Amino acid sequence: MSSKNLILRRIREALGGEPAAVDVPRDYRRGPAPVDLDLLVERLVDYKAVVHRTSDIPGTIRGIVGSGTVVAPPGLPAEWVPSGSVRDDDLSAADIAAADGVVTAAAVAIAETGTIVLDASPDQGRRILSLLPDLHICVLHPDQVVATVPEAVARLSPGRPLTWISGPSATSDIELNRVEGVHGPRNLHIVLVEEEAAA
Amino acid sequence: MSTHSPRGVGHLRGDQPFPEAAKVALANPQLRRNLQHATTTIRGKSGRVIAELPDWQELRAAGSALKAYTMGNLPRLLEQLEEKVTAAGGVVHWAADANEANRIVTDLVHQTGETRVIKVKSMATQEIGLNEALEAAGITPVETDLAELIVQLGKDKPSHILVPAIHRNRSEIREIFLREMPGVDPELTDEPTELAAAARRYLRETFLSTKVAVSGANFAIAETGTLAVVESEGNGRMCLTLPDTLITVMGIEKLVPAWTDLEVFLQLLPRASTGERMNPYTSMWTGVTPGDGPQNFHLVLLDNGRTAVLADEVGRSALHCIRCSACLNVCPVYERTGGHAYGSVYPGPIGAVLSPQLTGIKDNPSLPYASSLCGACFDACPVMIDIPSILVHLRNQAPHPRTEKAVMAAAAYTMDRPRLYARAQKAARLSKLLGKRGRGLPPPLHGWAASRDLPEPPPETFRDWWRGR
Amino acid sequence: MTVRIALFATCLADTMFPAAARSTVQLLERLGHEVVFPEAQTCCGQMHVNTGYQDQARSLVRRYVRTFEPHDLVVAPSGSCVGSIRHQHAMIAGDPTLAARAEAVASRTYELSELLIDVLKIEDVGAYYPHRVTYHPTCHSLRVLRVGDRPLRLLRQVRGLDLVELPAAEQCCGFGGTFSVKNADTSTAMLADKIQHVLDTGADVCAAGDASCLMHIGGGLSRLRVGVKTVHLAEILASTELEARL
Repeated sequence: MSSKNLILRRIREALGGEPAAVDVPRDYRRGPAPVDLDLLVERLVDYKAVVHRTSDIPGTIRGIVGSGTVVAPPGLPAEWVPSGSVRDDDLSAADIAAADGVVTAAAVAIAETGTIVLDASPDQGRRILSLLPDLHICVLHPDQVVATVPEAVARLSPGRPLTWISGPSATSDIELNRVEGVHGPRNLHIVLVEEEAAA
Repeated sequence: MSTHSPRGVGHLRGDQPFPEAAKVALANPQLRRNLQHATTTIRGKSGRVIAELPDWQELRAAGSALKAYTMGNLPRLLEQLEEKVTAAGGVVHWAADANEANRIVTDLVHQTGETRVIKVKSMATQEIGLNEALEAAGITPVETDLAELIVQLGKDKPSHILVPAIHRNRSEIREIFLREMPGVDPELTDEPTELAAAARRYLRETFLSTKVAVSGANFAIAETGTLAVVESEGNGRMCLTLPDTLITVMGIEKLVPAWTDLEVFLQLLPRASTGERMNPYTSMWTGVTPGDGPQNFHLVLLDNGRTAVLADEVGRSALHCIRCSACLNVCPVYERTGGHAYGSVYPGPIGAVLSPQLTGIKDNPSLPYASSLCGACFDACPVMIDIPSILVHLRNQAPHPRTEKAVMAAAAYTMDRPRLYARAQKAARLSKLLGKRGRGLPPPLHGWAASRDLPEPPPETFRDWWRGR
Repeated sequence: MTVRIALFATCLADTMFPAAARSTVQLLERLGHEVVFPEAQTCCGQMHVNTGYQDQARSLVRRYVRTFEPHDLVVAPSGSCVGSIRHQHAMIAGDPTLAARAEAVASRTYELSELLIDVLKIEDVGAYYPHRVTYHPTCHSLRVLRVGDRPLRLLRQVRGLDLVELPAAEQCCGFGGTFSVKNADTSTAMLADKIQHVLDTGADVCAAGDASCLMHIGGGLSRLRVGVKTVHLAEILASTELEARL
């Protein structure tokens, strides 16, 4: 007997009889709830992300990057890409790692937890892009922000590779205190676009 | 018929019974200070972020029901998962026990021609002793989680589900790094930020040059075939993104029925485990994505005693565990003995109910007794596993010492006969024969008297007083 | 209105700490109620259940059910025993008829602070106890019965009593029945911390609603000869100014 059949038979014997009918109570908040951008900012900052609220996206990005080199996903709006940047066109890991930073958009953000989610759309790129450089600049529009986790799950497509990011890389492994800065980007900047620019 | 995890492989059985093994930690004041500091810190953090949610209890109820539903429908959900993963370009393997899982992973690595794998912390691969199996086959496993690295460099054993090096404080970690980490800066201080940066420098080249990774999984969604790994440092993202081949080893109980159900667990897990509103990184992938991440994906579904747990109607809810370690952090026993005393990769209250069920009670008879039944674990569990009740249930199955059996039988006999009982109460006054304040008690009762006096028996029992008034 | 209450003294209080049971009687009678003591009672069986002897415990469950079935209201001066009665009796009863009867009796069985506050609706029992007291809430009262702050509400009304908060109060004292014997070293480490917290309060009395935890904490305090007394909640609530003068 294959191990698959063995395991399935063991499970059926263990359970005995009919599949269990279990009612799942969903009395928790599932939204939609009003979005509080100030809360999002507070929660991002609490986990050591730097937040820029601005209507000047290119200028803000240039200011953060300074003289550093950045990589950009193929679908990132051209005006956000600082001069001297490298567009990802199947770049090698070494090339990406050599860049000082990366600029991406986002798919969703969650105010209550201070989380941004990337779904590898063309303006966010391959997962490796936002992983190797030490600086991640993420441009976020207010209409991408939801209040709670269930609302974010509902907006996302599980078929895409997803990366949920809450603050810079961190660890709780030393005396169970959160310390920022291990393998992922140690600097996370969120450019939160002000309403007038989004309009 | 269901089978327990086999002997001679993996890390589910200790060398000593819990009370003996606990003596090591109890005699080490530095270790106890480290544990007390860490568990007190995490209890505070977790309590604060849980209090922020108005619907924590509703989330717990949903999480508990979702897990019960999953267990009750496991065969259908597992086959659904296999179908979805396969459709998305992954390959699913089934492993009846630790030996088979180790063989599958080792063969898969051999097929790539590589001799080194990077690993993101996974309880399942620790449980089955995968690292030892890989090493025996000439493959070097590199643990990339900071705490695992501390354990691996310190030639130590993990002592906590979430933070395997919880028993080490910052200055001990600095010493381990200075002693064991090639190319480390000799000026390294014990600042946690500097220690983390040292690990970053040390592992970077390994991440970029290793072609095979091994991971566990926190959740697998049957409906979509999506896997999720929840982590903090980014070592998980490195392992899940950079290599050509990814091999994920996952217990069959890690299933979640539908995509939507993640909305529950992604709120429960971080707040209960690291005490964060959300952990820094969560990665989710479905099979293979062309041009993004590993192009070869293998999922190994592991039984290794889980079906034996499932066969016990009371004990099976131990499989609901999402490995948050909240029960460890609130446990007064764990706080004083640390994780090594449990002899299994699963320490603390959840380990005390899970390990004996995975191995069979005969191989871990002391673990169900490693609890004062104070109930703090049940309150802390984000999926409401009634650990105290399972402990009591397992004690009823445990082999009992012969003397204890005789004493308990005699006590029950007497207590079911009030007149005999009343006479025995009077005889209790003879306990003075046992020496002043119990200091002459015979084993196993002498342990009590090592630090505590027995009360002097009163001049009359309540019963006597009641009759006399 | 006079209420008729059956006392379940518990085997430990009956045998080793009769003051807890005596005080329960005196307190309830002082409040104008009638207390009866069904003599067929012995033990709730918790020690057997928690040590892994459910078969032997079953006869004790049956005895408890038979003994207290005729009574409308039962009180026990122990959170732990009432916890076992409510959460273990039906579970281990074996046959469904006994389980149903056990559940019915359990629903009429109260721990002392529950009886006073929830059933008799009284917080000020007219007690007088001129001491500095700290209160250990005991695990089963807290987490099995969920008595919450009921004992503290009762203590706050006691004349002369100076109530001081116990640090880390909700942590187990390390007793756990046979845990204290089977894992004596770990139990001792837990007790040492509990005692340190008690001493830190500067109280001269450590009170609790369970004779078992008090026996444990008291055993440690006695060994240290520090002069802090352990006293059952019932004893404090039964104390009056008149007694204090005598």
